[in-house]
Amino acid sequence: MGTSVNRSLRLIRRRLLASIPVLMIVVVLTFLLLEAAPGDAVDAYLLSIGGGDATVAENLRRAYGLDQSMTSRLWLYVTALARLDLGWSVSFERPVLDMIAERLPNTLALMGSATTLAFALGSTLGIIAGSKPESIRDRMFSSISLIFYSIPGFWLGLVLSLVFAVHLRWLPTSGIETIASGKSGFDRLLDIGRHLVLPVGALALIYTALFLRVMRAGMAEAWKLDFVLFARAKGLSRTRIVLRHVARNATLPLVTMLGLQAATMLGGSVVIESIFAIPGFGRLAQEAVSGRDAPLLMGIILVSAVLVILVNLLVDLVQAALDPRIGASEASS
Amino acid sequence: MNLIHNLIKKPEGIAGIVILAILITTGVFASAIAPGDPLQISGRPLLAPFSDPALPLGTDRLGRDVLAGIVHGARTSLLVGAAAALAAIALGLFVGLIAGLAGGLIDEALMRVVDAFQIVPGFLLALAFVSVMGASLPVVVIAIALGAWADPARLTRAQVLSIRERDYVAAAKVIGMHPMEIALRQVLPQAIPPVLAVSATIVAAAILTEAALSFLGLGNPNTVTWGSMIAEGRNVLRSSPWLSILPGIALVITVVGVYLLSEGLTKALAGTHTSRSGGEA
Repeated sequence: MGTSVNRSLRLIRRRLLASIPVLMIVVVLTFLLLEAAPGDAVDAYLLSIGGGDATVAENLRRAYGLDQSMTSRLWLYVTALARLDLGWSVSFERPVLDMIAERLPNTLALMGSATTLAFALGSTLGIIAGSKPESIRDRMFSSISLIFYSIPGFWLGLVLSLVFAVHLRWLPTSGIETIASGKSGFDRLLDIGRHLVLPVGALALIYTALFLRVMRAGMAEAWKLDFVLFARAKGLSRTRIVLRHVARNATLPLVTMLGLQAATMLGGSVVIESIFAIPGFGRLAQEAVSGRDAPLLMGIILVSAVLVILVNLLVDLVQAALDPRIGASEASS
Repeated sequence: MNLIHNLIKKPEGIAGIVILAILITTGVFASAIAPGDPLQISGRPLLAPFSDPALPLGTDRLGRDVLAGIVHGARTSLLVGAAAALAAIALGLFVGLIAGLAGGLIDEALMRVVDAFQIVPGFLLALAFVSVMGASLPVVVIAIALGAWADPARLTRAQVLSIRERDYVAAAKVIGMHPMEIALRQVLPQAIPPVLAVSATIVAAAILTEAALSFLGLGNPNTVTWGSMIAEGRNVLRSSPWLSILPGIALVITVVGVYLLSEGLTKALAGTHTSRSGGEA
């Protein structure tokens, strides 16, 4: 037990150290990209307040440090980062970190629910499909999942809200909770849950289809493995073989897939949050773009990169726990 | 040729080929099928589908022909999808080849850049890139490619690492072949197939990313895209839902076509390659 905890700690430390240079590359490349934009944050700000004369612009530039050279500004940014200071959002007039910290929980709730739903549903359906590869049921599941996998989340979101919110009026069309509802505690949680049903469904469908396909493919492979043949030869019951031997083996690629999809899902939440007007991280990205808020956009990209690193670290830890064969050596790649 | 023969025999392969052939024909001959500018007013606004034979799919809020929009949208969608995937694969092959062949510090540095592109959500990167560079077709293509080249680069590098240890590469070195020639003539052709196997996924993702970008209003405002049509229809979603639903269906059919072709290709490849040794996939 002690050694496995030690091994996990070593894995965490090594991963975090290895991610520092990668994050530095993200910082520099994003900085250069946003640097290429015509005009700066002050231009955007002046545009939004209806203009101002040259002195105002100059004072603002000095206040934000925009009058200095590019390299010194990059250096300023990086040293501020070391103090966990992500800069100042021009369009919201608040620290970037505060904005992100305020919006992130909504997105994490959205993504967490969607991942849990997709994982549970996708793996169950994948087990059902893969319990008898190439059967009619398997082929039907595969075809349907291929179509579901091809549906863009933002369009599905619109269709879902049209059916369930506009026509049937079962669920709210937008927002994260009823505004000024005065609800608290469990009632408020229930209210948030009702608001999350449609966006979670829209985000989760594509991943349910993906997980189904990965699980099914993994099971089709596992049926050919020696120990499964052995289990069948021993005369174990079919359900037991399917669950204990075949499905268990096929779960590992599914967990890997979770890590691989983290970045895509975070990107997908931008459109979903925009459709359902959820004040989350993804919508903040869109607001940063429309407000030409470079510091905010920079902070969003950086935080999303950190999130993806953390999710992958978590996935590695889960995998190491699930599969004792994955030791320290294999997890280092 | 064997591959094409195998591909046609697979139901997925033939279905994918038919769907994509119809779409590509539609895209190529868009101007002949629906002449004129699809952004032009062509009838009474908000005409329901199947109510006027001249405008079979009806009109939008501004009286623009929905069928013409979908036909011309096919062109944009396929063009951007194919171009972005091509750019991503070319860049991925290039970087992966250099990293795998050079090894050492160059390999290490290039792979950290690949890591950086892999951990930043591709859609956020595309969003930032388009907002900085301004929306135009080439910018959208590059924006999508930037978020998609990391996977092919990683795949190519892994492939190159295994190829460069093979005997025929060593033989080429011994006979004094120029490293450049070895890279292009001995290694690259062998490194391409596994990348091609994932190319359909890249095309499909590119088509969906383009649609999402133009849905958010970050596409070129002067071209019709399915994403922008869905966004435009959203304004009248309650009264005229077909305006958003129809282009969405076109989008789904396109992506299904790409995936079907990809699945058929994978199965056909597995059929032709069973005799060869698999290697580590």
